[in-house]
Amino acid sequence: MKGVCLFFGLHQPLRLRRYRFFDIGNDHYYYDDYTNETILRNIAERCYLPANKLVLELINKYKNKFKVSYSITGVLIDQLETYAPDVLDSFRKLAETGQVEFLAETYSHSLACMGNKNEFIKQVNKHGQKIEQYFGIKPVSFRNTEMVYSDEIGSWVADMGFSAMLTEGAKHILGWRSPDFLYCNNINPRLKVLLRNFQLSDDIAFRFGNREWSEWPLTTEKYASWMKKRGKDAELINLFVDYETFGEHQKAETGIFKFLEALPGTLMKKTDFSFMTPAEVALEFQPVSAIKVPYPISWADEERDLTAWLGNDLQNAAFDKLYSLTYRVDGCENESINKDWEFLQVSDHFYYMCTKFFSDGAVHQYFNPYESPYDAFMNYMNVLSDFEIRLDSVCPEHVENKELITLRKKVDAIQEELNERETEVRKLRAKIKSMTVSTTSTPTATGKTDTGKKPVKQTSQKTGTTTTTRKTTSTKKK
Amino acid sequence: MRVLMFGWEFPPHISGGLGTASYGLTRGMASLHDIDLLFVVPRAYGDEDQSGLKVIGANNIQVAYKKIFFRGEKRSFDKIEVESKIVPYTDPDDFWRMTREEKNKNMLYVEADDQGRIEFTGGYGSNLLHEIDKYALVASVIADENEFDIIHAHDWLAYPAGIAAKMVSGKPLVIHVHATDFDRSGGNVNPVVYDIEKAGMDAADRIITVSNLTRETVIYKYHIDPAKVITVYNAVEPVGGVYDKYDIRQINDKVVTFLGRITMQKGPEYFIEAAYRVLQVMKNVRFVMAGSGDMMERMIRRAAELGITDKFHFTGFLKGMDVYWMLRLSDVYIMPSISEPFGISPLEAMQSNVPVIISKQSGVAEILTHAVKIDFWDIDAMADAIHGILTYPALSKMFIEQGKAEVETLKWENSAKHVRDVYLDALN
Repeated sequence: MKGVCLFFGLHQPLRLRRYRFFDIGNDHYYYDDYTNETILRNIAERCYLPANKLVLELINKYKNKFKVSYSITGVLIDQLETYAPDVLDSFRKLAETGQVEFLAETYSHSLACMGNKNEFIKQVNKHGQKIEQYFGIKPVSFRNTEMVYSDEIGSWVADMGFSAMLTEGAKHILGWRSPDFLYCNNINPRLKVLLRNFQLSDDIAFRFGNREWSEWPLTTEKYASWMKKRGKDAELINLFVDYETFGEHQKAETGIFKFLEALPGTLMKKTDFSFMTPAEVALEFQPVSAIKVPYPISWADEERDLTAWLGNDLQNAAFDKLYSLTYRVDGCENESINKDWEFLQVSDHFYYMCTKFFSDGAVHQYFNPYESPYDAFMNYMNVLSDFEIRLDSVCPEHVENKELITLRKKVDAIQEELNERETEVRKLRAKIKSMTVSTTSTPTATGKTDTGKKPVKQTSQKTGTTTTTRKTTSTKKK
Repeated sequence: MRVLMFGWEFPPHISGGLGTASYGLTRGMASLHDIDLLFVVPRAYGDEDQSGLKVIGANNIQVAYKKIFFRGEKRSFDKIEVESKIVPYTDPDDFWRMTREEKNKNMLYVEADDQGRIEFTGGYGSNLLHEIDKYALVASVIADENEFDIIHAHDWLAYPAGIAAKMVSGKPLVIHVHATDFDRSGGNVNPVVYDIEKAGMDAADRIITVSNLTRETVIYKYHIDPAKVITVYNAVEPVGGVYDKYDIRQINDKVVTFLGRITMQKGPEYFIEAAYRVLQVMKNVRFVMAGSGDMMERMIRRAAELGITDKFHFTGFLKGMDVYWMLRLSDVYIMPSISEPFGISPLEAMQSNVPVIISKQSGVAEILTHAVKIDFWDIDAMADAIHGILTYPALSKMFIEQGKAEVETLKWENSAKHVRDVYLDALN
């Protein structure tokens, strides 16, 4: 038996409004509601609704034979709740058929896996809860933001109890091997790893409507013949595409919906592949070997790495700044802070700062609200500055926090010096006083109690300073 | 290929961007070995850098008692020779005598010295229009005396000279538009200047513009056939590390610099308004308006009115090394020009490791990637960009590194090659 795994990823970022530096500290609303609503409504009309309708028809038509899997980011669900609840309803209908698997991912479509492990786990759990709440199924398979994967990330995912994870069948990790088999994680072999067949996936996602392409127009018969050819030497073909491919990246006029409509029938008739979900794949197949991925990969660009998000100084500076706030947000109970924290982590913010202008510029420009990466950086940093100010005022109790101390190392050093000097001054003052007390005869009782108090104060001050010194040294070790 | 080039300025005697650009272009052309260049300016001082080309001054050409013949371009019977309408005279007496004779009412009389040379100031004084006419007259003499294949005239002051040279020689004329009167006047176009510009553009076989922005102006405001208008971007001369001695920095505050003529075209008032906004939020920043111009006093008054004079400084006109010093001291360079055909100065700032903010209404914005581009009127965006560069070190670092790399790719040699292509096109 051979499997074909059809997976659709859905995500829309929450675009920031033009946030000037005058707004810092004055205005705490960061989002461009008009743009977000317009884009989301457009995509819902052009893609999500018609595609869901079609998939539902296909499931009903082929009974238990046609299966698909989806991953919907938390940020998108949040937006759908506000702007397009009809889309959520249509997904619920799909879930009811039992032929659809919903995958877990990071709530914010974030790169938390690169910034902070705890934040990553927290987001995955939160997303899982959201999916369960909406569709009644607890996700058992996982796909990371932009298919980011490494041995280490895979092992975290395995520890969280997932049985399968999706990623890119990147040439440089596969070498001579084929993506068309099931693999497992290099650290924890219990986690099955499904690798995207980028050739066949991109034929649909990128090349389908391109009239310059030598294979245009692509028919399901032609596609089935390619699958058949590959099938001689394959067990499992993973087709992972953005759901926006249908009707948005490839407009309806290209015939993409007709293609999707005819694909299951043609594949079932002409090839021996049957549709499976990632969870079924993990149960059904035995991994052929472990796949070794020491450095993180993604499904983006030619390089299949993370340079589209974390490839230049701007991106790294913004990213580091963002995740330096993690510990402070962690214990913060404030609802709006937590919501903004999720939205600020959306990986697209960093994508807009990408300076790889030439080869992949066209894709990077898609839905990009900024004129330049610099523009994107400035706007984001302004927002982040305001966020930090709010964090200061909303969660002042976390001033004791380790991470904050790292940030305020300098201030602390000065403070410490001041404290030291102050203690010294007090010591000296006490000395002078005790000297005057001892030299001049004090017959009154009040004078005695005064001198008695001094040494007590002094010791408490001393302990205060020693604790701060300990803290700064511990951060230095870090 | 021999090129006869007419300009108005040549280093070291320059007063603006025109001299810098035409000099840069000639340096680039000197590196192309198939081009011989004869560069004419109204007044040569003798200390011009003549490596790779020959510079001659119109003030050194004898025109008196010389017969000048107009052959009439592209006319089939070019053997018919018409005597010049321009007659030089040396003293008022001569002038009176000649005009009395009334031989030809269309004669033009110009004053010359006792050796038959015409005096030029080479500046931009009150007799500018008269100088332009005289320049054209000498140009026809030069065209008659020299062998060349093509004529190249820089900006409107030299267009009449170019036209005259074309009339005499019948060789193709290329004019180079560094600016139009629409840029200089901010819309109040001087009809006399417009006529001279229009005549030059009509007579030209090819027109080179310094940006697509200027190209649009030429096509739509002067009604010129788009097919003969070609954009060739300017470049910048590389500067070495000789200015490092100016690296001493005495102030801790960040410095934001506007450097250029303080005239309406350059948008100085927007810079002041943006500065005011930034100063309301940031304390450790100073603003410098370097240069002079007819709007300077108004700008000083405005700064005083806003109460920011403690942080807003005027330097007056800066020359030579002081310009580089100013750039070295700067953390941000800003060019909020309302209309800038090209704008070489941001490139110089980028060479000096200064991040730049430029207006979208400048030609240089068409070719720069690593610069903040804003609308000149968008004070909020300008202030925001200044704040961003000063506040976020990663941004500043990125601009400096990428900007320097980018500006190094803008070489005059490439511009010169492009100009050569235009010549070849004009000759065929």
